[in-house]
Amino acid sequence: MQKVLIIGATSAIAEATARLWAARGATLFLVGRRPERLEVIASDLRVRGAVSVSCFTMDACNIAAHTAMIEAVDASMGELDIALIAHGSLPDQKACESSVELTLNEMNTNGLSVIALLTQLGNRFAAQGKGSLAVISSVAGDRGRQSNYVYGAAKGMVSLFLQGLRNRLAKLGVQVLTIKPGFVDTPMTVAFKKGALWAKPEVIAQGIVWAIDKKRDVVYLPGFWWLIMTIIRHIPERVFKKLSL
Amino acid sequence: MPLNSWGQLPSQPAVDEPWLNDRTSALPDVQGSLLAYGNGRSYGDVCLNSGATLLHTRGLDRFISFDEVSGILRCEAGVLLSEILETFVPRGWFLPVTPGTRFVTVGGAIACDVHSKNHHGAGTFGCHVRCFELLRSDGSRRICSPFENANWFAATVGGLGLTGLMTWVEIGLKRIPGTGISAENTRFAGLDEFFALNAEAEAKHEYTVAWIDCLAAKPRGIFMAGDHAAQGDFSAMPKKALNFPLTPPLSLINGYSSRAFNQVYYKRPLPAKQVIHFAPFFYPLDGVLHWNRLYGRRGFFQYQFVLPMAAMAALDDILRSIATSGQGSFLAVLKTFGSMPSPGMLSFPMPGVTLALDFPNRGAPTLTLFDRLDAIVSASGGRLYAAKDARMDGDFFRRSYPRLNEFVPFIDPKFSSNFARRVLT
Repeated sequence: MQKVLIIGATSAIAEATARLWAARGATLFLVGRRPERLEVIASDLRVRGAVSVSCFTMDACNIAAHTAMIEAVDASMGELDIALIAHGSLPDQKACESSVELTLNEMNTNGLSVIALLTQLGNRFAAQGKGSLAVISSVAGDRGRQSNYVYGAAKGMVSLFLQGLRNRLAKLGVQVLTIKPGFVDTPMTVAFKKGALWAKPEVIAQGIVWAIDKKRDVVYLPGFWWLIMTIIRHIPERVFKKLSL
Repeated sequence: MPLNSWGQLPSQPAVDEPWLNDRTSALPDVQGSLLAYGNGRSYGDVCLNSGATLLHTRGLDRFISFDEVSGILRCEAGVLLSEILETFVPRGWFLPVTPGTRFVTVGGAIACDVHSKNHHGAGTFGCHVRCFELLRSDGSRRICSPFENANWFAATVGGLGLTGLMTWVEIGLKRIPGTGISAENTRFAGLDEFFALNAEAEAKHEYTVAWIDCLAAKPRGIFMAGDHAAQGDFSAMPKKALNFPLTPPLSLINGYSSRAFNQVYYKRPLPAKQVIHFAPFFYPLDGVLHWNRLYGRRGFFQYQFVLPMAAMAALDDILRSIATSGQGSFLAVLKTFGSMPSPGMLSFPMPGVTLALDFPNRGAPTLTLFDRLDAIVSASGGRLYAAKDARMDGDFFRRSYPRLNEFVPFIDPKFSSNFARRVLT
């Protein structure tokens, strides 16, 4: 029976992933900002087969609250098998360009708050000497593009931090998984026109569960994004800067 | 890509398609009218709202509670029947009534008051609905059941989504001994043989249905009866479906291919008795996603009618009209309805015999045939199934649904559909 902590549990990808773990009979600890939404999701996961589901209300950007959350996880579950960090927001790039405050807020939500959580959870998993620490980064973190480099920079920071953390924790028997979804059809992206590159959260969720089971390090979801991003990363900067991506 | 119904007949798109993901949130404040859109499996225009708003309900896909002793399930209205099966079949529970596809939302199943191969014993889907919450455009929420707000319940079951939005529903699942269905197949020639087989089978079996070849000179077919069997591992769920990836410019289903299919289907080696998985028994077409694309860009019609028991003779006339038109359908499903009363004011089933047929849209010749069939169905006191319909005349609908006047006051003033505008005004 897996014991799973999910931060940002009301996000569409996190909820779809939690359903797969619930069907396996996991024990779940859900963290999110809106207690009433957490309760709706918790009831659903219980019906789907979760042995128990606890909820904890926290804004991940409130870094002072992280310690209390981790203590509550300790009291509720003890050792963790999996922690999934899934919270985030999709900034309005244009608005960020004319607002320092907005840009830094987005950096905080998508970058710094994750790093704060990883610092504490990393030590916890190090002490356990086992378990999986999985974080939803993004393909956007692989290269800065004019259309969303604030989001991309925050996710890039997370990906790089995870790379270092993996280097440190691998020797202790802890899996650190960087999840890089492409375009996902969720409430976060409701304003976008959807095409062939878009995936459903259920597809991403299956990939996450698979990558954790297989002890992978970095996973692009769906897998074809590996190819797309490899090409994008290899375009010379003097050419890339002239493109409108 | 604009939303369509399952028949893929050309239609004007909706102007706005917001999603509802939270059952406690209010309905969106929209210009013009509103209609819930679940998984788009109704065939005609009951799920369309051209030039107005379609409210996606698939975001309401959470379970709320389940009683492991009684089998009572409460869930949000956008949950698919396939999702209920995936979660509860492994625990030994099954839908009390299931239509011919499992890819419909539970809200849609109630709004169309769908039926199954067990209608003679179990009645419609609505007979197994314990209660639901109905959200109206004035913001009011009502718990409706056969005992509480019973008139709202009767209007909403089979109410084609016109009475407001069901946010959550409560249904009773039933115990099964395994995932297998013990199925018996019998070939028959002529309707007399069908009725004789059917009378015998309904007394003995939970599920009965017949496939008929209406292109043959004399109607012939295969009668299928089934019961849940103790065989079948509960963990064995249907395999991933194939997908028909594109819409060909022309229908691949025509007189030649249908005749060839029917000949092979009728003559194929048929085990008299076998245990098969429930999925191919109940959902033979769910194995190919988007099979509706086979009918090409012009789409197709399904024509499903019921004739009262007293008017069985008319069935012969109808089959003869179809055979002479040369427009037959390769999927023709024949079934008798039992006497259990349908709970909805606009529920389709009544005691009698129902036949469902698919026709490629060939324009005027197809519509002319339907008019001819309507005349026979109407003269016999029968009616058409709104969930399948895209073209019936408003007069015919109003005459054949005698509780319509009782229903109309329950229509939400903000809700409408292409179907409602076509047949109610």
